[in-house]
Amino acid sequence: MKIAVMLKQVPDLVEDLEVDASGISLDTDDIKFKLNEFDDHALEEAILLKESGAADEVVVIAVDGDGVDKMLFTAIAKGADKAVKLNGGKPGDSHQLGKAFSNALGSEGFDMVFTGVQSVDDRDGQLGPIVASYLGAPCVSVVSGVSVSGGTAVVHKEYSGGMMGEFEVDMPAVLGIQAAKQAPRYAPVSKIRQVQETASIEEVPMGDLGSGSGSSVTSMAPPAKGSGAKMLDDVEELIDVLKDKGAI
Amino acid sequence: MGDILVITEHLKGEFQDITFEMLGKAKELAGASGGQCIAVTFGNMNGKVSELGAADSVVSVGGSDDFNPESYAAAVQSVVSEKSPSLVMVGSTSMGMDIANSIATALEMPTVSYCADMSASGGGFSVTSSMYGGKMNVVTDVTGSAVAMVLAGAFNADAGKSAGSPSVEDFAADSGAGKVRFKQLIEPEAADVDITQSEILVAVGRGIGSKDDIELAEELAEVLDADLACSRPLVDAGWMSKAHQVGKSGMKVKPKVYIALGISGAPEHIEGMKSSTTIIAINSDKNAPIFDVAHYGMAEDLFDVVEELVEELED
Ligand SMILES: Cc1cc2nc3c(=O)[nH]c(=O)nc-3n(C[C@H](O)[C@H](O)[C@H](O)COP(=O)(O)OP(=O)(O)OC[C@H]3O[C@@H](n4cnc5c(N)ncnc54)[C@H](O)[C@@H]3O)c2cc1C
Repeated sequence: MKIAVMLKQVPDLVEDLEVDASGISLDTDDIKFKLNEFDDHALEEAILLKESGAADEVVVIAVDGDGVDKMLFTAIAKGADKAVKLNGGKPGDSHQLGKAFSNALGSEGFDMVFTGVQSVDDRDGQLGPIVASYLGAPCVSVVSGVSVSGGTAVVHKEYSGGMMGEFEVDMPAVLGIQAAKQAPRYAPVSKIRQVQETASIEEVPMGDLGSGSGSSVTSMAPPAKGSGAKMLDDVEELIDVLKDKGAI
Repeated sequence: MGDILVITEHLKGEFQDITFEMLGKAKELAGASGGQCIAVTFGNMNGKVSELGAADSVVSVGGSDDFNPESYAAAVQSVVSEKSPSLVMVGSTSMGMDIANSIATALEMPTVSYCADMSASGGGFSVTSSMYGGKMNVVTDVTGSAVAMVLAGAFNADAGKSAGSPSVEDFAADSGAGKVRFKQLIEPEAADVDITQSEILVAVGRGIGSKDDIELAEELAEVLDADLACSRPLVDAGWMSKAHQVGKSGMKVKPKVYIALGISGAPEHIEGMKSSTTIIAINSDKNAPIFDVAHYGMAEDLFDVVEELVEELED
């Protein structure tokens, strides 16, 4: 069984985010990008399935951009078998991104496609179900826990309050992964360096991106600091509040 | 302008809060735009339609009571094709995510995720999305037919909770290709703590940095006679058990005092704790969105604050 994992970078929210001069997009000059944390879980779940013998091959796929080679080599260092980079275009939203991935997945062939359940910047919808729709494949989102037997997967989909639904899904299928069975592993820097020297990344043109989401942003701004929190200066003040509110 | 479809959600025979939150807003928007507010129900919920009095009418697609990503999406798609609404409101929830994206992509309708606010504007709708973990508000103006994924807790459920007797249309909907089959509902494991009943909660987020340092929060919880709660990443990392998780996929809590240590305030976390009577947040990032919902805040290192606090309180 072959699992493709779609990876994407997102702004690191530890940074201060600012709006650029256009007023409708982020100023990306000074911000750091990192792998979407849910994609990291998707990759981990795929590698775990391979280690358990349920999957034979894990292919990671990403759209070209700054830092993408390093992200893909890191994925190989963690246990992916092959990395594919899509180039020749600049997807502007989740729908165009979905086209780029589904074009590549259509020709690559796969049994399962994993990706993170959502990302902090997917204004026009989530990548997993969008790609599934383009591929005509079934999709389940918010998945934690995948097992496979024969041509079907058994997945756990999280609801609120710790409830889950269990589903059987025919493959090929797309899954939006919320959490892997265990925390995503780290790859030692030495291993990543070694991979960088020995492994290669296959480059594939992303093809036609379609017309996109059909909606565009009118404005972007940090939330208005309304009444907000009353800021306390020291622990003394904090203790006063705790006393006042009956916590002490 | 056209009608507004609200895709209801139910679990174990009960409509979920998100249903009423959307209905209340849909009723207001329909009032402003001159359309009808139509609720779409699944399975055998006809006995409960009197709870959907905020809707002008109900479309019942029948099928299984148990959510199925494929068949529920197929059913909604056939209703949307037939009714051509100007707006489809779906929860930004586990169930909604599978429905909204699938129908919007298949029918080539624009989708807007993470809706925190909506208003009728210029023949369409203006939709505000809470993005980047709550650090940016992004406005999308949609005209024509669109799908909005509404964040849980964004709108007041009481506004959508009016009794009534909306007319019910039994709709013969598609049910999909049968590639996804529901097997069972899995209940959460029995837990040693029920944080929904706690008076005081000390909640730990990823800012705590390591499993070992959770001990410091435990010390604080002990001196305050509080229970320990956490954000999701700590559960995913295996540092704390699921019973302690607050938020969208965890517990909804409303203690007298909620102390958030190193929690950024992502919409998925806020959903679970915003009804707390008093929220106190300690976070080294003064721009952390948690300070927008907190009543009191300290923009400082949590270790400095908690160590000093525990020392003072132990004296
Ligand atoms: C479908 C779905 C369901 C989800 N359900 C939930 C849910 O139920 N509950 C939940 O919590 N999340 C949930 N999430 C995850 C959510 O999106 C966020 O990723 C999560 O809430 C972030 O947790 P956090 O605030 O602890 O971590 P982060 O966002 O990483 O924030 C850590 C914070 O700690 C601060 N910090 C760092 N060091 C210090 C220090 N020394 N002192 C003080 N502050 C410090 C940082 O400034 C930062 O603000 C869900 C996500 C999805 C997609």
